[in-house]
Amino acid sequence: MKVRAQIGMVLNLDKCIGCHTCSVTCKNVWTSRAGVEYAWFNNVETKPGVGYPRNWEDQKQWNGGWTRKSNGKIKPKMGGKFRLLSKIFANPDLPEIDDYYEPFTFDYAHLQTSGEAKDVPTARAHSVLTGERMEKPVWGPNWEEILGGEFEKRSQDYNFKDIEKEMYGEFENTFMMYLPRLCEHCLNPACVAACPSGAIYKREEDGIVLIDQDKCRGWRMCVSGCPYKKIYFNWQSGKSEKCTFCYPRIENGEPTVCSETCVGRIRYLGVMLYDADRIEEAASVADEKDLYEAQIDIFLDPSDPEVIAAAKRDGVPDSWLAAANKSPIYKMVMDWKVAFPLHPEYRTMPMVWYIPPLSPIQSRWEDGQLETDGVIPDVSKLRIPVKYLANLLTAGKEQPVTHALERMLAMRAYMRTKHVEGAPDQSILDHVGLDKPTVEDMYQIMAIANYEDRYVIPTNHREYAGKTPFDNEIAFASRSECGFSFGDGCSGGEVKKSLFGTPTHKNSLNGQIRRQK
Amino acid sequence: MNIYLNELLFGIYPYIAVLVMILGCILRYDQNPYSWKADSSQLLRSKGMRWGSNLFHIGIILLFVGHLVGLLTPEAVYHLVMSAAVKQKMAMIAGGIFGIMCFIGLTILLWRRIMDPRIRATSTFADILILVVLYLQLILGLATIPASAQHADGSSMIALANWAQHIVTFRAGAADFVMEEAFIFKVHIFLGLTIFLIFPFTRLVHVFSAPVKYIVRPGYQVVRKRG
Repeated sequence: MKVRAQIGMVLNLDKCIGCHTCSVTCKNVWTSRAGVEYAWFNNVETKPGVGYPRNWEDQKQWNGGWTRKSNGKIKPKMGGKFRLLSKIFANPDLPEIDDYYEPFTFDYAHLQTSGEAKDVPTARAHSVLTGERMEKPVWGPNWEEILGGEFEKRSQDYNFKDIEKEMYGEFENTFMMYLPRLCEHCLNPACVAACPSGAIYKREEDGIVLIDQDKCRGWRMCVSGCPYKKIYFNWQSGKSEKCTFCYPRIENGEPTVCSETCVGRIRYLGVMLYDADRIEEAASVADEKDLYEAQIDIFLDPSDPEVIAAAKRDGVPDSWLAAANKSPIYKMVMDWKVAFPLHPEYRTMPMVWYIPPLSPIQSRWEDGQLETDGVIPDVSKLRIPVKYLANLLTAGKEQPVTHALERMLAMRAYMRTKHVEGAPDQSILDHVGLDKPTVEDMYQIMAIANYEDRYVIPTNHREYAGKTPFDNEIAFASRSECGFSFGDGCSGGEVKKSLFGTPTHKNSLNGQIRRQK
Repeated sequence: MNIYLNELLFGIYPYIAVLVMILGCILRYDQNPYSWKADSSQLLRSKGMRWGSNLFHIGIILLFVGHLVGLLTPEAVYHLVMSAAVKQKMAMIAGGIFGIMCFIGLTILLWRRIMDPRIRATSTFADILILVVLYLQLILGLATIPASAQHADGSSMIALANWAQHIVTFRAGAADFVMEEAFIFKVHIFLGLTIFLIFPFTRLVHVFSAPVKYIVRPGYQVVRKRG
């Protein structure tokens, strides 16, 4: 057993209102620079829909993630090392920027500088890349917002696999949900495996996956390797960039920007312990439908004395063990089994998990034809098909999703009897196998969701950086150093005029139209 | 050609060019590693990349290896296997084939870089310069084939190889070997040396980062310890 700790995230989709605050605050902090205007380290998609970049979930098109060979080993779906390198001159699996969208800005200046004219002047969209006027933007990070566009196109959604989808195009049966997405900081990251330069790495102490900007050579294999398409190629710097999990904040015990600013309080951050020796085994199980269970199987119980001893031996600080014991992630993933990984079938073992959303019960319920099993409504009558959620979260296995939805419905029903009717109904809990303290805790964390319950983040222990906990050499050496940089020492990424290349674009999002030379 | 100019261009310039390349690369790698990259533009436009980039890269790598082996193999060594005439014939045929591959690829890439508005707008001066220089050099290289054909005995090839071998082994009198050679060879050599000169200031630096180590990297995952 090799114990490693990771900061994991859970998103409670049942509470996501699709306001995009996470996306906007993330963008303002991380990707408001030339070269990454099109990149949203965090974006919120409306499902069903094909998403951003278009059809990202379908690995038949993009060859992201891993594939299991006949001998039971896994290799990147793009191909083994030689096959992957053969794609280096021209990568057939690379999305084009139009699959995301051509970045644009509006010609606001025209509103003020236009001369007297018959018609009111308008601010037209101009391409950030060329400065040319664009007739209209045609895609973006939330293009299908609240079911925008035709069902025929949105229904190309990969999650409709094995579902008779035609009926969901009808008004009476339509359904939707939001899916905020960011880098999954996987346990078995395919981007790391695909990086020819070895520039992408997983941090041992907290599991955050980062790209070393000084080592990245821009071979762009990671963009294809990542099945979530959460690595973005910066066309200005020629290097790949990705969600950093706001590591400078995490190191200080603060939540990521997307979590901090979430108005729906849907995001949770906490420590998970796992057995690093069993990653490969868990990622290689034969049946895709077993991948969810295989992953939870390698998470370790932070209250188990054996695990604690092993964790101490492997250098996990005490404060991290204490945080692991209070981890909201552990509770939701392991104790209550209400959170699930996004597309475990990619075999990357993602660490950003999702609580499936409840949805209105179909009209028959309102007609008085209650289809309950006596206690809570039948989850198969929820507007969002369970199979759809299962395709999204458990590689199509419905039972765990059903179980989670039942528990969430039961929690609601029970708390309603307690708070509204004043007579808590124990039979509801018995029905789903929950006890009173558990459901109270679930309610506290999932429904009330206080700040300190959502974010249990231990600070990074630089003093443990040396060989022993008392070796302060590295801590002193790194004191007052830049916490975050784009390489070149402490550079903030600002590339000035230089013999080694001067950037072609600057301040591309400031509303100024690029003038053609 | 003026003997002094000849000495300057083929006796001294090679050392200046290579020195600038080495020092420039060290400086760039050390001071500005963020700028060290392949600088692919495939994200912005993939059209033309499959044929253009593959043909160009494969062609130019083979041409480079061909020049390296062809110029630097001592006469005594290859005479064990073949005569100079045969070697020159091989060089002309192989160089011709790879040169045409490279030419087709480079034509596509150059067209794409200049005519595609996105690629043009995101190109630096150095991006366009290096493509144009490589294109000219390639055309010059292909144009030397008829000149070589005039010396089927391989005498020209031997003279040029002697020049190259004298340069890399720091022997005096290297420039004398090319003094009497055809003008086209001289231009080709001069432009080739100029590519070395501008190398560190262009995207060409990515050739030093060719990810051969990836093949032998143990396993697939990279985990970094804190510190």
